[in-house]
Amino acid sequence: MFSKRSFSPILIDIANQTIFFKSFFRNSLKRGFEWEEFCRQAYTTGYRSIGIIALTGFILGFVLTLQSQPTMKQFGAVSFIPGMVSISVIREIGPVIVGLICAGKISSSMGAELGSMNVTEQIDAMVVSGANPMQYLVVTRILACTLMTPLLTIFADVIALFGGFTASNLGGEMSSRLYFYKATSVLEFSDVIPSLIKSVLFGFAIGFVGCYKGFNSNRGTESVGLAANSAVVTSSVWIIIIDAIVVQITNVFIYT
Amino acid sequence: MEQVIEIQGLKKSFNGVQVLTNINLTVNRGENVVILGKSGEGKSVTIKCITGLMQQDEGTLRVFGNEVNELARQQLKDLRKRIGFLFQNSALYDSMTVRDNLSFPLKRVSKIKDKKEIEKLSMEVLEAVGLADAIDKMPSELSGGMRKRMGLARTLIVKPEIMLYDEPTTGLDTITSKEISNLILDMQRRYHTSSVIITHDIPCARITADRVLIMSQGEFIAEGSCDELENSEDSFVRSFFK
Repeated sequence: MFSKRSFSPILIDIANQTIFFKSFFRNSLKRGFEWEEFCRQAYTTGYRSIGIIALTGFILGFVLTLQSQPTMKQFGAVSFIPGMVSISVIREIGPVIVGLICAGKISSSMGAELGSMNVTEQIDAMVVSGANPMQYLVVTRILACTLMTPLLTIFADVIALFGGFTASNLGGEMSSRLYFYKATSVLEFSDVIPSLIKSVLFGFAIGFVGCYKGFNSNRGTESVGLAANSAVVTSSVWIIIIDAIVVQITNVFIYT
Repeated sequence: MEQVIEIQGLKKSFNGVQVLTNINLTVNRGENVVILGKSGEGKSVTIKCITGLMQQDEGTLRVFGNEVNELARQQLKDLRKRIGFLFQNSALYDSMTVRDNLSFPLKRVSKIKDKKEIEKLSMEVLEAVGLADAIDKMPSELSGGMRKRMGLARTLIVKPEIMLYDEPTTGLDTITSKEISNLILDMQRRYHTSSVIITHDIPCARITADRVLIMSQGEFIAEGSCDELENSEDSFVRSFFK
Protein backbone atom coordinates (compact mmCIF):
# COMPACT_ATOMS: atom_id res chain seq x y z
CA MET A 1 0.00 0.00 0.00
CA PHE A 2 1.08 3.61 -0.53
CA SER A 3 3.10 5.28 2.18
CA LYS A 4 4.95 8.16 0.53
CA ARG A 5 4.75 11.26 2.68
CA SER A 6 4.38 13.50 -0.35
CA PHE A 7 0.85 12.15 -0.96
CA SER A 8 -1.84 13.75 1.08
CA PRO A 9 -3.59 11.32 3.45
CA ILE A 10 -6.86 11.66 1.53
CA LEU A 11 -5.24 10.66 -1.77
CA ILE A 12 -3.51 7.74 -0.08
CA ASP A 13 -6.83 6.63 1.39
CA ILE A 14 -8.56 6.87 -1.99
CA ALA A 15 -5.75 4.85 -3.59
CA ASN A 16 -5.93 2.22 -0.85
CA GLN A 17 -9.72 1.99 -1.15
CA THR A 18 -9.39 1.52 -4.90
CA ILE A 19 -6.89 -1.30 -4.36
CA PHE A 20 -9.18 -2.83 -1.73
CA PHE A 21 -12.15 -2.62 -4.12
CA LYS A 22 -10.13 -4.24 -6.89
CA SER A 23 -9.09 -7.00 -4.56
CA PHE A 24 -12.71 -7.50 -3.42
CA PHE A 25 -13.89 -7.66 -7.02
CA ARG A 26 -11.17 -10.12 -8.04
CA ASN A 27 -11.80 -12.36 -5.06
CA SER A 28 -15.59 -12.27 -5.57
CA LEU A 29 -15.12 -13.94 -8.93
CA LYS A 30 -12.62 -16.52 -7.71
CA ARG A 31 -13.56 -20.16 -7.39
CA GLY A 32 -14.29 -21.56 -3.95
CA PHE A 33 -16.86 -19.03 -2.75
CA GLU A 34 -17.32 -19.32 1.01
CA TRP A 35 -21.05 -20.13 1.07
CA GLU A 36 -21.09 -21.24 4.70
CA GLU A 37 -19.50 -18.01 5.91
CA PHE A 38 -21.71 -15.97 3.57
CA CYS A 39 -24.84 -17.54 5.12
CA ARG A 40 -23.47 -16.94 8.62
CA GLN A 41 -22.86 -13.29 7.78
CA ALA A 42 -26.28 -12.95 6.14
CA TYR A 43 -27.80 -14.34 9.35
CA THR A 44 -25.75 -11.96 11.51
CA THR A 45 -26.36 -8.84 9.45
CA GLY A 46 -29.95 -9.64 8.46
CA TYR A 47 -31.77 -11.78 10.97
CA ARG A 48 -30.15 -10.21 14.01
CA SER A 49 -31.15 -6.74 12.83
CA ILE A 50 -34.82 -7.58 12.38
CA GLY A 51 -35.85 -6.41 15.88
CA ILE A 52 -34.38 -2.95 15.68
CA ILE A 53 -35.50 -2.51 12.06
CA ALA A 54 -39.07 -3.55 12.95
CA LEU A 55 -39.22 -1.16 15.88
CA THR A 56 -37.79 1.74 13.89
CA GLY A 57 -40.00 1.03 10.88
CA PHE A 58 -43.14 0.89 13.00
CA ILE A 59 -42.34 4.14 14.83
CA LEU A 60 -41.43 5.78 11.53
CA GLY A 61 -44.83 5.10 9.95
CA PHE A 62 -46.61 5.84 13.22
CA VAL A 63 -44.96 9.23 13.79
CA LEU A 64 -45.15 10.29 10.16
CA THR A 65 -48.89 9.68 10.19
CA LEU A 66 -49.44 11.49 13.51
CA GLN A 67 -47.33 14.45 12.45
CA SER A 68 -49.06 14.89 9.11
CA GLN A 69 -52.64 14.42 10.38
CA PRO A 70 -53.26 17.99 11.69
CA THR A 71 -52.09 19.65 8.48
CA MET A 72 -53.87 17.19 6.22
CA LYS A 73 -57.05 17.71 8.25
CA GLN A 74 -56.90 21.45 7.57
CA PHE A 75 -56.99 20.72 3.85
CA GLY A 76 -59.57 17.94 4.24
CA ALA A 77 -57.07 15.48 2.84
CA VAL A 78 -56.90 12.89 5.62
CA SER A 79 -57.68 10.15 3.13
CA PHE A 80 -54.43 10.93 1.34
CA ILE A 81 -52.33 10.13 4.42
CA PRO A 82 -51.80 6.40 3.64
CA GLY A 83 -50.56 7.21 0.15
CA MET A 84 -48.36 10.00 1.43
CA VAL A 85 -46.86 7.77 4.12
CA SER A 86 -46.21 4.89 1.73
CA ILE A 87 -44.56 7.09 -0.92
CA SER A 88 -42.44 8.97 1.66
CA VAL A 89 -41.33 5.80 3.39
CA ILE A 90 -40.70 3.68 0.31
CA ARG A 91 -39.05 6.33 -1.83
CA GLU A 92 -36.86 8.03 0.71
CA ILE A 93 -37.21 7.65 4.47
CA GLY A 94 -37.23 3.83 4.66
CA PRO A 95 -34.00 3.17 2.73
CA VAL A 96 -32.14 6.06 4.37
CA ILE A 97 -33.19 5.21 7.94
CA VAL A 98 -32.46 1.50 7.45
CA GLY A 99 -29.13 2.44 5.86
CA LEU A 100 -28.18 4.63 8.79
CA ILE A 101 -29.21 1.97 11.31
CA CYS A 102 -27.20 -0.65 9.41
CA ALA A 103 -24.25 1.75 9.30
CA GLY A 104 -24.40 2.04 13.09
CA LYS A 105 -25.02 -1.62 13.76
CA ILE A 106 -23.36 -3.60 10.98
CA SER A 107 -20.57 -1.38 9.68
CA SER A 108 -19.27 -0.68 13.19
CA SER A 109 -19.42 -4.36 14.12
CA MET A 110 -17.52 -5.33 10.96
CA GLY A 111 -14.92 -2.61 11.61
CA ALA A 112 -14.46 -3.71 15.20
CA GLU A 113 -14.40 -7.45 14.42
CA LEU A 114 -11.89 -7.24 11.58
CA GLY A 115 -9.88 -4.60 13.47
CA SER A 116 -9.67 -6.91 16.44
CA MET A 117 -8.67 -9.81 14.18
CA ASN A 118 -5.95 -7.57 12.77
CA VAL A 119 -4.66 -6.60 16.21
CA THR A 120 -4.55 -10.22 17.39
CA GLU A 121 -2.79 -11.30 14.18
CA GLN A 122 -5.64 -13.61 13.13
CA ILE A 123 -5.63 -12.10 9.63
CA ASP A 124 -1.84 -12.58 9.40
CA ALA A 125 -2.34 -16.17 10.55
CA MET A 126 -4.72 -16.74 7.64
CA VAL A 127 -2.27 -15.14 5.20
CA VAL A 128 0.76 -17.16 6.32
CA SER A 129 -1.23 -20.40 6.31
CA GLY A 130 -1.89 -19.86 2.60
CA ALA A 131 -5.63 -19.20 3.11
CA ASN A 132 -7.29 -16.15 1.55
CA PRO A 133 -8.65 -13.73 4.19
CA MET A 134 -10.03 -11.42 1.51
CA GLN A 135 -12.24 -14.20 0.15
CA TYR A 136 -13.22 -15.56 3.55
CA LEU A 137 -13.65 -12.38 5.60
CA VAL A 138 -14.28 -9.51 3.22
CA VAL A 139 -16.15 -10.87 0.19
CA THR A 140 -18.67 -12.75 2.35
CA ARG A 141 -19.35 -9.76 4.61
CA ILE A 142 -19.76 -7.21 1.82
CA LEU A 143 -22.01 -9.46 -0.26
CA ALA A 144 -24.10 -10.47 2.76
CA CYS A 145 -24.57 -6.80 3.63
CA THR A 146 -25.41 -5.93 0.02
CA LEU A 147 -28.08 -8.64 -0.04
CA MET A 148 -29.56 -8.10 3.43
CA THR A 149 -29.86 -4.29 3.46
CA PRO A 150 -32.51 -4.17 0.67
CA LEU A 151 -34.39 -7.06 2.31
CA LEU A 152 -34.36 -5.20 5.62
CA THR A 153 -35.52 -2.06 3.80
CA ILE A 154 -38.50 -3.90 2.30
CA PHE A 155 -39.29 -5.30 5.74
CA ALA A 156 -39.05 -1.82 7.33
CA ASP A 157 -41.29 -0.34 4.62
CA VAL A 158 -44.00 -2.93 5.28
CA ILE A 159 -43.79 -2.47 9.05
CA ALA A 160 -43.90 1.33 8.60
CA LEU A 161 -47.22 0.95 6.78
CA PHE A 162 -48.53 -1.05 9.75
CA GLY A 163 -47.28 1.77 12.01
CA GLY A 164 -49.13 4.29 9.84
CA PHE A 165 -52.28 2.16 9.95
CA THR A 166 -52.09 1.99 13.77
CA ALA A 167 -51.70 5.78 14.02
CA SER A 168 -54.59 6.35 11.59
CA ASN A 169 -56.85 4.28 13.81
CA LEU A 170 -55.97 6.21 16.94
CA GLY A 171 -57.76 9.37 15.85
CA GLY A 172 -60.37 7.97 13.53
CA GLU A 173 -61.53 4.81 11.91
CA MET A 174 -60.13 3.37 8.73
CA SER A 175 -60.39 -0.28 7.84
CA SER A 176 -57.16 -2.12 7.21
CA ARG A 177 -58.36 -3.01 3.71
CA LEU A 178 -59.04 0.62 2.82
CA TYR A 179 -55.78 1.81 4.41
CA PHE A 180 -53.57 -0.65 2.55
CA TYR A 181 -55.49 -0.14 -0.69
CA LYS A 182 -54.89 3.61 -0.45
CA ALA A 183 -51.27 3.08 0.58
CA THR A 184 -50.42 0.74 -2.28
CA SER A 185 -52.59 2.13 -5.08
CA VAL A 186 -50.48 5.27 -5.35
CA LEU A 187 -47.24 3.29 -5.69
CA GLU A 188 -45.62 2.64 -9.03
CA PHE A 189 -42.59 0.66 -10.06
CA SER A 190 -40.78 3.96 -10.50
CA ASP A 191 -41.15 4.46 -6.74
CA VAL A 192 -40.05 0.98 -5.70
CA ILE A 193 -37.20 0.15 -8.09
CA PRO A 194 -34.99 3.23 -7.48
CA SER A 195 -35.51 2.72 -3.76
CA LEU A 196 -34.35 -0.89 -4.02
CA ILE A 197 -31.34 0.07 -6.14
CA LYS A 198 -30.51 2.72 -3.57
CA SER A 199 -30.64 0.25 -0.69
CA VAL A 200 -28.42 -2.21 -2.60
CA LEU A 201 -25.84 0.57 -2.96
CA PHE A 202 -26.25 1.48 0.72
CA GLY A 203 -25.66 -2.15 1.67
CA PHE A 204 -22.53 -2.33 -0.43
CA ALA A 205 -21.20 0.94 1.02
CA ILE A 206 -21.89 -0.22 4.59
CA GLY A 207 -20.16 -3.57 4.08
CA PHE A 208 -17.28 -2.12 2.08
CA VAL A 209 -16.50 0.69 4.52
CA GLY A 210 -16.79 -1.59 7.58
CA CYS A 211 -14.47 -4.19 6.07
CA TYR A 212 -12.00 -1.63 4.73
CA LYS A 213 -11.70 0.19 8.04
CA GLY A 214 -11.32 -3.03 10.02
CA PHE A 215 -8.98 -4.75 7.60
CA ASN A 216 -6.67 -1.72 7.41
CA SER A 217 -6.74 -0.71 11.06
CA ASN A 218 -3.49 -0.16 12.94
CA ARG A 219 -2.08 -2.67 15.37
CA GLY A 220 -2.96 -1.06 18.73
CA THR A 221 -6.12 -1.85 20.72
CA GLU A 222 -7.15 1.80 20.37
CA SER A 223 -7.33 1.30 16.62
CA VAL A 224 -10.19 -1.20 17.04
CA GLY A 225 -12.38 1.55 18.50
CA LEU A 226 -11.19 3.99 15.88
CA ALA A 227 -11.96 1.52 13.09
CA ALA A 228 -15.50 0.97 14.40
CA ASN A 229 -16.09 4.69 14.88
CA SER A 230 -14.65 5.63 11.53
CA ALA A 231 -16.70 2.89 9.83
CA VAL A 232 -19.96 4.35 11.20
CA VAL A 233 -19.11 7.94 10.31
CA THR A 234 -17.79 7.16 6.83
CA SER A 235 -20.59 4.78 5.86
CA SER A 236 -23.22 7.26 7.13
CA VAL A 237 -21.70 10.01 5.02
CA TRP A 238 -21.61 7.67 2.02
CA ILE A 239 -25.30 6.86 2.52
CA ILE A 240 -26.20 10.54 2.35
CA ILE A 241 -23.99 11.07 -0.72
CA ILE A 242 -25.34 7.99 -2.54
CA ASP A 243 -28.88 9.07 -1.67
CA ALA A 244 -28.33 12.52 -3.15
CA ILE A 245 -26.83 11.05 -6.34
CA VAL A 246 -29.55 8.42 -6.83
CA VAL A 247 -32.35 10.93 -6.17
CA GLN A 248 -30.82 13.27 -8.74
CA ILE A 249 -30.50 10.50 -11.32
CA THR A 250 -34.04 9.28 -10.59
CA ASN A 251 -35.41 12.81 -11.02
CA VAL A 252 -33.67 13.22 -14.35
CA PHE A 253 -34.52 9.83 -15.87
CA ILE A 254 -37.83 8.85 -14.26
CA TYR A 255 -39.79 11.79 -12.91
CA THR A 256 -39.12 14.33 -15.67
CA MET B 1 23.16 -30.49 4.11
CA GLU B 2 20.18 -28.86 2.35
CA GLN B 3 19.56 -25.28 3.37
CA VAL B 4 15.86 -24.48 3.65
CA ILE B 5 16.33 -20.81 4.57
CA GLU B 6 19.18 -18.60 3.32
CA ILE B 7 19.30 -14.94 4.27
CA GLN B 8 22.08 -12.58 3.22
CA GLY B 9 22.49 -8.90 4.04
CA LEU B 10 18.86 -8.42 5.04
CA LYS B 11 17.96 -4.81 5.88
CA LYS B 12 14.65 -3.35 6.94
CA SER B 13 13.66 0.06 8.29
CA PHE B 14 10.41 1.58 9.52
CA ASN B 15 9.82 5.32 9.13
CA GLY B 16 13.54 5.95 8.79
CA VAL B 17 14.50 3.79 11.80
CA GLN B 18 16.80 0.95 10.75
CA VAL B 19 15.51 -2.20 12.51
CA LEU B 20 17.46 -4.87 10.63
CA THR B 21 20.94 -3.69 9.66
CA ASN B 22 22.60 -6.82 8.32
CA ILE B 23 20.98 -10.20 8.87
CA ASN B 24 22.76 -13.30 7.61
CA LEU B 25 21.19 -16.63 8.44
CA THR B 26 21.01 -20.16 7.11
CA VAL B 27 18.77 -22.89 8.43
CA ASN B 28 19.46 -26.48 7.45
CA ARG B 29 16.78 -29.11 6.93
CA GLY B 30 15.75 -30.65 10.25
CA GLU B 31 17.62 -28.05 12.30
CA ASN B 32 16.23 -26.02 15.22
CA VAL B 33 17.66 -22.50 15.27
CA VAL B 34 16.92 -20.29 18.26
CA ILE B 35 17.20 -16.49 18.00
CA LEU B 36 17.78 -14.67 21.28
CA GLY B 37 17.68 -10.92 21.64
CA LYS B 38 16.24 -8.02 23.57
CA SER B 39 12.76 -6.71 22.74
CA GLY B 40 12.60 -4.44 19.70
CA GLU B 41 15.77 -5.82 18.08
CA GLY B 42 13.87 -7.03 14.99
CA LYS B 43 13.52 -10.76 15.71
CA SER B 44 9.82 -10.88 14.77
CA VAL B 45 10.47 -8.68 11.73
CA THR B 46 13.03 -11.24 10.52
CA ILE B 47 10.59 -14.15 10.59
CA LYS B 48 7.80 -12.03 9.14
CA CYS B 49 10.12 -11.31 6.20
CA ILE B 50 10.67 -15.07 5.81
CA THR B 51 6.93 -15.61 5.30
CA GLY B 52 6.55 -12.58 3.03
CA LEU B 53 4.34 -10.77 5.56
CA MET B 54 6.89 -7.95 5.39
CA GLN B 55 9.27 -7.09 2.59
CA GLN B 56 12.92 -6.36 3.19
CA ASP B 57 14.49 -3.13 1.90
CA GLU B 58 17.72 -4.82 0.86
CA GLY B 59 19.32 -8.25 0.84
CA THR B 60 18.37 -11.68 -0.40
CA LEU B 61 15.98 -14.04 1.34
CA ARG B 62 15.59 -17.52 -0.09
CA VAL B 63 13.22 -20.18 1.21
CA PHE B 64 13.57 -23.61 -0.41
CA GLY B 65 15.72 -21.83 -3.00
CA ASN B 66 12.98 -19.33 -3.92
CA GLU B 67 13.64 -15.60 -3.57
CA VAL B 68 10.58 -14.66 -1.49
CA ASN B 69 10.32 -11.08 -2.81
CA GLU B 70 10.33 -12.19 -6.42
CA LEU B 71 7.53 -14.75 -6.15
CA ALA B 72 4.20 -14.17 -7.87
CA ARG B 73 1.10 -14.15 -5.63
CA GLN B 74 0.21 -17.79 -6.26
CA GLN B 75 3.81 -18.96 -5.88
CA LEU B 76 4.05 -17.14 -2.54
CA LYS B 77 0.80 -18.76 -1.45
CA ASP B 78 2.17 -22.18 -2.40
CA LEU B 79 5.39 -21.46 -0.52
CA ARG B 80 3.45 -20.43 2.58
CA LYS B 81 1.70 -23.78 2.61
CA ARG B 82 5.10 -25.30 3.40
CA ILE B 83 5.73 -22.89 6.30
CA GLY B 84 4.03 -22.94 9.70
CA PHE B 85 3.93 -19.84 11.91
CA LEU B 86 3.09 -19.91 15.60
CA PHE B 87 2.24 -16.34 16.60
CA GLN B 88 3.12 -14.86 19.97
CA ASN B 89 -0.53 -14.81 21.11
CA SER B 90 -1.35 -17.97 19.10
CA ALA B 91 -3.73 -15.97 16.81
CA LEU B 92 -6.57 -18.48 17.18
CA TYR B 93 -9.71 -17.58 15.23
CA ASP B 94 -11.81 -16.58 18.20
CA SER B 95 -15.19 -16.85 16.47
CA MET B 96 -14.56 -20.55 15.74
CA THR B 97 -14.38 -23.62 17.96
CA VAL B 98 -11.15 -25.61 18.26
CA ARG B 99 -12.62 -28.06 15.72
CA ASP B 100 -13.29 -25.27 13.21
CA ASN B 101 -9.87 -23.71 13.84
CA LEU B 102 -8.34 -27.02 12.78
CA SER B 103 -10.65 -27.71 9.85
CA PHE B 104 -10.09 -24.17 8.46
CA PRO B 105 -6.57 -24.81 7.09
CA LEU B 106 -7.44 -28.39 6.14
CA LYS B 107 -10.33 -27.28 3.92
CA ARG B 108 -8.63 -24.23 2.45
CA VAL B 109 -4.94 -25.09 2.35
CA SER B 110 -4.85 -28.89 2.11
CA LYS B 111 -8.15 -28.88 0.13
CA ILE B 112 -9.53 -31.84 2.09
CA LYS B 113 -13.32 -31.98 1.78
CA ASP B 114 -14.10 -35.34 3.42
CA LYS B 115 -15.51 -34.66 6.91
CA LYS B 116 -14.31 -37.99 8.31
CA GLU B 117 -10.78 -37.34 7.09
CA ILE B 118 -10.85 -33.84 8.62
CA GLU B 119 -12.11 -35.25 11.92
CA LYS B 120 -9.42 -37.96 11.92
CA LEU B 121 -6.59 -35.52 11.21
CA SER B 122 -7.92 -33.04 13.80
CA MET B 123 -8.08 -35.71 16.51
CA GLU B 124 -4.61 -36.96 15.61
CA VAL B 125 -2.98 -33.56 15.98
CA LEU B 126 -4.99 -32.69 19.09
CA GLU B 127 -3.89 -35.93 20.73
CA ALA B 128 -0.31 -35.12 19.78
CA VAL B 129 -0.50 -31.80 21.65
CA GLY B 130 -2.60 -33.23 24.50
CA LEU B 131 -5.81 -31.34 23.77
CA ALA B 132 -8.17 -34.09 22.58
CA ASP B 133 -10.82 -33.11 25.15
CA ALA B 134 -10.95 -29.49 24.00
CA ILE B 135 -12.22 -30.06 20.47
CA ASP B 136 -15.59 -28.39 21.00
CA LYS B 137 -14.33 -25.51 23.13
CA MET B 138 -14.04 -21.91 22.03
CA PRO B 139 -10.56 -20.31 22.16
CA SER B 140 -11.77 -18.00 24.95
CA GLU B 141 -12.30 -21.09 27.14
CA LEU B 142 -8.66 -22.19 26.81
CA SER B 143 -5.84 -21.27 29.18
CA GLY B 144 -2.62 -19.59 27.93
CA GLY B 145 -0.77 -22.91 27.68
CA MET B 146 -3.71 -24.60 25.95
CA ARG B 147 -3.90 -21.75 23.44
CA LYS B 148 -0.21 -22.25 22.59
CA ARG B 149 -0.79 -25.99 22.16
CA MET B 150 -3.84 -25.29 20.04
CA GLY B 151 -1.91 -22.77 17.90
CA LEU B 152 0.79 -25.38 17.43
CA ALA B 153 -1.79 -28.01 16.49
CA ARG B 154 -3.42 -25.73 13.92
CA THR B 155 -0.05 -24.97 12.38
CA LEU B 156 1.15 -28.58 12.31
CA ILE B 157 -2.07 -30.04 10.92
CA VAL B 158 -1.06 -29.06 7.37
CA LYS B 159 2.35 -30.69 7.89
CA PRO B 160 4.67 -27.72 7.21
CA GLU B 161 8.34 -28.30 6.45
CA ILE B 162 9.49 -25.16 8.26
CA MET B 163 8.12 -23.95 11.60
CA LEU B 164 8.55 -20.36 12.75
CA TYR B 165 7.86 -19.74 16.44
CA ASP B 166 7.41 -16.16 17.67
CA GLU B 167 8.09 -16.27 21.41
CA PRO B 168 6.24 -19.54 22.04
CA THR B 169 6.64 -19.46 25.82
CA THR B 170 6.00 -15.78 26.54
CA GLY B 171 3.44 -15.20 29.27
CA LEU B 172 3.48 -18.78 30.50
CA ASP B 173 4.53 -20.08 33.92
CA THR B 174 7.79 -22.02 34.25
CA ILE B 175 6.19 -25.47 34.18
CA THR B 176 3.90 -24.78 31.20
CA SER B 177 6.77 -23.06 29.44
CA LYS B 178 8.88 -26.21 29.83
CA GLU B 179 5.98 -28.34 28.58
CA ILE B 180 5.63 -26.19 25.47
CA SER B 181 9.39 -26.29 24.83
CA ASN B 182 9.38 -30.09 25.08
CA LEU B 183 6.34 -30.19 22.84
CA ILE B 184 8.16 -28.09 20.19
CA LEU B 185 11.07 -30.54 20.28
CA ASP B 186 8.73 -33.52 20.21
CA MET B 187 6.79 -32.11 17.23
CA GLN B 188 10.00 -31.34 15.38
CA ARG B 189 11.06 -34.99 15.75
CA ARG B 190 7.64 -36.31 14.87
CA TYR B 191 6.99 -34.10 11.82
CA HIS B 192 10.67 -33.66 10.78
CA THR B 193 10.38 -29.87 10.53
CA SER B 194 13.12 -27.26 10.45
CA SER B 195 12.45 -24.52 12.98
CA VAL B 196 13.31 -20.93 13.76
CA ILE B 197 12.40 -20.13 17.35
CA ILE B 198 12.40 -16.59 18.66
CA THR B 199 12.50 -16.39 22.41
CA HIS B 200 13.75 -14.62 25.53
CA ASP B 201 13.32 -17.82 27.49
CA ILE B 202 16.71 -19.47 28.13
CA PRO B 203 15.26 -22.81 29.39
CA CYS B 204 13.23 -22.95 26.15
CA ALA B 205 16.40 -22.29 24.14
CA ARG B 206 18.30 -25.00 26.04
CA ILE B 207 15.60 -27.58 25.35
CA THR B 208 14.90 -26.78 21.71
CA ALA B 209 18.09 -25.35 20.17
CA ASP B 210 20.54 -27.09 17.87
CA ARG B 211 22.09 -23.68 17.32
CA VAL B 212 21.58 -20.31 19.02
CA LEU B 213 22.02 -16.87 17.45
CA ILE B 214 22.19 -13.67 19.48
CA MET B 215 20.68 -10.61 17.85
CA SER B 216 21.68 -7.08 18.74
CA GLN B 217 20.99 -3.82 16.92
CA GLY B 218 19.59 -5.54 13.87
CA GLU B 219 22.29 -8.14 13.28
CA PHE B 220 23.55 -11.40 14.70
CA ILE B 221 26.55 -10.85 16.92
CA ALA B 222 27.17 -14.39 18.17
CA GLU B 223 26.37 -17.95 17.21
CA GLY B 224 26.87 -21.34 18.82
CA SER B 225 25.37 -23.83 21.23
CA CYS B 226 23.89 -22.66 24.54
CA ASP B 227 26.97 -23.87 26.41
CA GLU B 228 29.36 -22.12 24.04
CA LEU B 229 27.51 -18.82 24.28
CA GLU B 230 27.17 -19.08 28.05
CA ASN B 231 30.97 -19.18 28.25
CA SER B 232 31.49 -16.49 25.63
CA GLU B 233 34.11 -13.82 26.19
CA ASP B 234 31.52 -11.18 25.32
CA SER B 235 29.78 -10.08 28.53
CA PHE B 236 26.68 -8.99 26.58
CA VAL B 237 26.29 -12.50 25.14
CA ARG B 238 26.86 -14.08 28.56
CA SER B 239 24.26 -11.77 30.11
CA PHE B 240 21.45 -13.64 28.32
CA PHE B 241 22.28 -16.79 30.26
CA LYS B 242 22.47 -15.27 33.75
